[in-house]
This record gives sequence, structure tokens and C-alpha cells, in this order.
Amino acid sequence: MTNSTVAAGAVERHLRARRDTGRGLLLPYVTGGITPGWTDYLRAFADAGADAIEVGLPFSDPTLDGVTIQEASDRALARGASVRRILADLAGLPDLGVPLVASTYYNLVLHDGPGAFCAALRRAGVGGLIVPDLPVHEAGELSDAATAAGVEPALLASPATPQPRLAEISRRSRGFVYAVSLMGTTGERAVLAASAAELTERIRRVTDRPVLLGFGISTPDQAREARRHADGVVVGAAVMRRVLDGAGPDDLRAFLTTLREALDQECDPPR
Amino acid sequence: MRNLLPWREPVPPDGTMGEPGTRGRFGEYGGRYAPESLVEACREVDQTFREAWADPGFRGDLARLLALHAGRPTPLTPARRLSEELGVQLYLKREDLTHTGSHKINNVLGQALLATRMGRRRLIAETGAGQHGVATATAAALLGLEATVFMGERDIERQALNVFRMRMLGAEVIPVITGSRTLKDATSEAMRHWVGATGDSHYCVGSVIGPDPYPWMVREFQRVIGDEARGQFAAELRTGVPDHVVACVGGGSNAAGTFAGFADTPARLVGVEAEGGAGAARGRLGVLHGCRSLFLQDDDGQITQAHSIAAGLDYPGVGPEHAHLRDLGRARYVTVTDDEAVGAAVRLARTEGIVPALESAHALAWVIRAAGGGELPSGSTVLMTLSGRGDKDVSTLKELL
Repeated sequence: MTNSTVAAGAVERHLRARRDTGRGLLLPYVTGGITPGWTDYLRAFADAGADAIEVGLPFSDPTLDGVTIQEASDRALARGASVRRILADLAGLPDLGVPLVASTYYNLVLHDGPGAFCAALRRAGVGGLIVPDLPVHEAGELSDAATAAGVEPALLASPATPQPRLAEISRRSRGFVYAVSLMGTTGERAVLAASAAELTERIRRVTDRPVLLGFGISTPDQAREARRHADGVVVGAAVMRRVLDGAGPDDLRAFLTTLREALDQECDPPR
Repeated sequence: MRNLLPWREPVPPDGTMGEPGTRGRFGEYGGRYAPESLVEACREVDQTFREAWADPGFRGDLARLLALHAGRPTPLTPARRLSEELGVQLYLKREDLTHTGSHKINNVLGQALLATRMGRRRLIAETGAGQHGVATATAAALLGLEATVFMGERDIERQALNVFRMRMLGAEVIPVITGSRTLKDATSEAMRHWVGATGDSHYCVGSVIGPDPYPWMVREFQRVIGDEARGQFAAELRTGVPDHVVACVGGGSNAAGTFAGFADTPARLVGVEAEGGAGAARGRLGVLHGCRSLFLQDDDGQITQAHSIAAGLDYPGVGPEHAHLRDLGRARYVTVTDDEAVGAAVRLARTEGIVPALESAHALAWVIRAAGGGELPSGSTVLMTLSGRGDKDVSTLKELL
């Protein structure tokens, strides 16, 4: 076990505190700038019981995303979304009571440099960061900048990751460890991959940081099953498919409430 | 690590175009910016390549395939009539005469052998002009592997004959309908597909791009171009080395392979990019498709679409080693327009009886423009890699001429 409590930032403290009450963590995703009033989704997510919210900063070439997030990114970019505008929208929001975690590709981090990028996140009230094309061995430059700015970069772990590397990822990840449930891209799947249980079990052996399962989790049943292995779930494509199909904040609130209830049926005893 | 092994090719004392530095770096460029799910697969490719490249048995197998199947060595052809017109001594390294008609086969045969060494049964590839796809389909058929080729829908339209060739060779061609529907998007889609197929498939990257070890490995598989030309020049010229070495650059594989043979000589290295795809000349630092390099981007950091009449140059970035060579000043990167490239293709056809690929015509267009000026003085000796033949472009040319 890594004693990571000492270094824990605000996002991690928040997630740990909620997890330690026995609650399953819910991290829904929305692509920033997807609709004119896109920040209304954030309020709906918080109302539905999200424990943190992932805001995608759309990139032209999302190489780890499946068709749904690709389409959402294209649509947001076509509307004129940019890192600067999305962060400006976030900076103008009242406190939602849950941490915001940005996710994007490394090209957008490098564009103004990791230092300026992380400082801009912080100014917009974003506490965490996910960069799916930045593996642990390339993350040093971002980690330093993020620490300086007070932003917590969560690293991804994959079913293909060997155990010693999993230990390093868990040690250097901040906020939580993002467990990629399967060997594939983001997107809805019919069933939770068998690799999800094995991976989360391997991560738990090396860290007590919150472990969130993502990729393919799209239904209450899958959330419930994921909760048996992990501390919580990240739900992206299942949200964005609904948004792309025209679902508004109220529709998403209703959908996420079903996930919230599923997670609540699988609570742990409080720690 | 450099040059410890006796069969390693010569590199200059500063190590330029030798092995990359730690973590696959060429200066500040390169690296392995792959999703975590691909990191282990990249590590396995790296380890297998290092072992294979140091194994005389592997080198022998590859040399036999290159000789018996690809038709190597390719000639070094003096372009006599065009040289006279231009006032320079122009020599063409004839990659257009390889089996499948472009230099792409050199890399693909190497990677296909590597795939069998790793026990993989299928090759995944991206393709722009279709030349890398055809080469991959060919190598797969030759070695009894399957091939899945991703190709932008727009390129499928303008390179219909190559699509037919791939399918005839038994490959599956998957149209990519996202983004600009060209090489960039085909590469993204091939990477996405590889994430779910690492167990049985090898991603056969077609250029000196991608996560470490690809930029280095592909350059090594392509260095046969430069090494052969170096030997041929030793017999041809009193100085043994041409004054200028010129090649077209999309991702930059034929240029990297050509330059590698001359990195330790005084030859001036010139990479010629398409005006609308000038990653080295006009790109800015970024990360795409697994490596840190120079990419065309807008003010918000989004990758912009490249535009070139030559599908193989229609890529908004450049291989990381080219970015490094540019920074070092060891190579310079220039651009030519679509019109200049078409004009060069016609001129080569009428003076030398060779119809070049439009990609290769870019390199020639610069030679034509620069000959007799300060950049390429009269009397200079010039090596230009003619990376592919123009059959695939005949329908494009027919509409223009």
C-alpha cells in the first residue's frame, strides 16, 4: 500500500471522504461546448448525485475515443469550442459542490505549455485532469506543472499494464486511479468486460487511492457490477450519446439518477 | 549504446541519425505518447526490433526478401537530358522500380518479418496514397498473414486502383469517414483498432511517425535506400558523395532512409514538403499519433487539415527525427506547390521517360526551381530519391493536363 494521504489534493480528499462513507463514486462526463447552454448539464449532474464531473476539452484527433465522443468533439469544435472558451464558461459558474476534472489530449496541454495550461485550469476552478495519451513515463513534465498549479492529474491503468508499472502509475496518479476496463476505445458496450475485475483487483493490491472504472460502462446494471470491483465509475459515451440525440439536462439528470441508485445498492460498509 | 555492435551502420561522431536517446527521443522530439493500453505493445515491438536488428539471421532473411521479392538493389539512374537542361548533375535513386512501385515495401517487409517473429498473424496499416497499403497487403500475402488497411474515404476515391490492388491481394480495406477522411484520420483509426487487437495483430506504421520505436525502426528499414545510394555513388563520383541529397517529405520515411546513408558526409540534406502539408517548415510543437513533433495547428491547438495533390504528403505533421534535423540545421525543409509538382512530373516524363509519383515529383520540383541559384549552384551533384512511380496518379493528372 502506498501512503498517499499525505500528498492528497482537494479532488482526492473529496473522493476519499465520500468513498469512506461507503458510497460508490459517480463521475459523469460532458464534452465542453457541446451545446450553447452546456454548463446546465453540470448542474444536472451534480443534482443527480455526481461525486465529480469530467469536462472534455475537445481535440480534433481523439485517438482513444470511439465514435460517440469523436462525434461530440467534432460537434463542439464546429460550434467554436476551445479550451479558452470552455474554461471561461466554467469560471463564470457558481460552485457546484463537486470537483471538476478536465480531460483532453496532450497536444492541447502543450499548446500553451503545461504550466500555463494547468494555471488556466486552476483559475477556472478545475481541480483534476485526465490526459489519455500521456502515459506515466511521459508524465513528468505535466506532473511538475500540475503540482505547482494545484491540479491533480489522474493516470490511466490498462488491463495490459504489467504489475510493477501499475504500482508506479498508482503512486504517481493524483485524485484517483482511472482503470480502463477493457482493451479498446471509449464507447458503450453490452457487458462489462471481464478484464475490469482483474485490473481493479491488481490496482487495489498497490494503492488505497480511489479507483474508478471507465470505458464501456453505460447501464445501471453495469454500474452496479463495476461497483463490486471498483470505488466508482466514469460514464462518458452513454451520456454523450443521449446529448447528441438531443437529450437535455433534465433527461440526463434522470439517466444519472438511475446510475446513482444502482451504485447506492452496492454500498460498502463505512470505513 | 551507439555503435557497440559491429554490424551497425556508420553514424557521425555526434550520433545524428543513430539510435534515438533515452525514451525514444530525437532531441526534444519523439517519445512514446501512446495510450496506456498500447504501451506494452510498443515495448514488445521495441525489444523484438532491437533483437532482430542485431541478429544476422533476421538481416539475412530481410536481405533475401528485398532482393528476391522487392527487386533490390534499385538502380541509381543519371538523369542525363534533364541534367543538361538544369545545369546540375542529377541522379535518381529508383525506388519506383521496386516491386509494388514505391519505397514503402522496404519497411513493410521488415515489419512483416518482425510480426512473424512476435507470433502475430495480422498486419494493421494506415494508408494515404495507397502505396503503403498495397505494400502491406503484398507482404502479408507473401508471408501468409492477414492484412487490415485503414484508408480515408477521400483517398479511396482518388486512389481507386490501389484499393482494388489491396483487395485483390487479399487485404481488408476499411474506409475511414471521420475528420478530413485522409491519412491523418486513417492513422487515428488504425491506432484505435490496434488498441483492441494487440494480442494477434502488429500495427505496421508506414512512415517515420508514431510512438517509439516506430520512427527509428521505420528509418532503419528504409536506410537501405541511402546505404545503397552511398555505395553506388562511391563508384560513380570521384568525391564519392553528392553535394545535395533531396527527397520528398510527408511523414518523411523515404527522406529519413535516404538521409541516413549520408548523415556522416558533407552532403546537404533537403526535405521537400507539399505547400499545404508542411509540418517541418511550418508546424509547431505538439503531440499526435504517439509522438512529439511538429504539426500544423490552429490558434487553439487543434490539428489543421493538410491539403496536397499528392495523397502521400497529405499529412499535417512530420516525423520527429526530421523535426530534430531541422532544429540542428543538419537538414533543411522547403515547400513546393501542387502546380510545381505537376510541372515537374511532366518534365521528368518528357526528358527521361519516367512518370514519377506526385509525391516524388515534389522533390524534383525543388531541384528544378533551385538549380542554378544560390541554393543549388550550377555544376552541383544531386541525389534525388524517386520514391515511387506515377501510375497511381495518372487519373489525377489526366484531369489536370
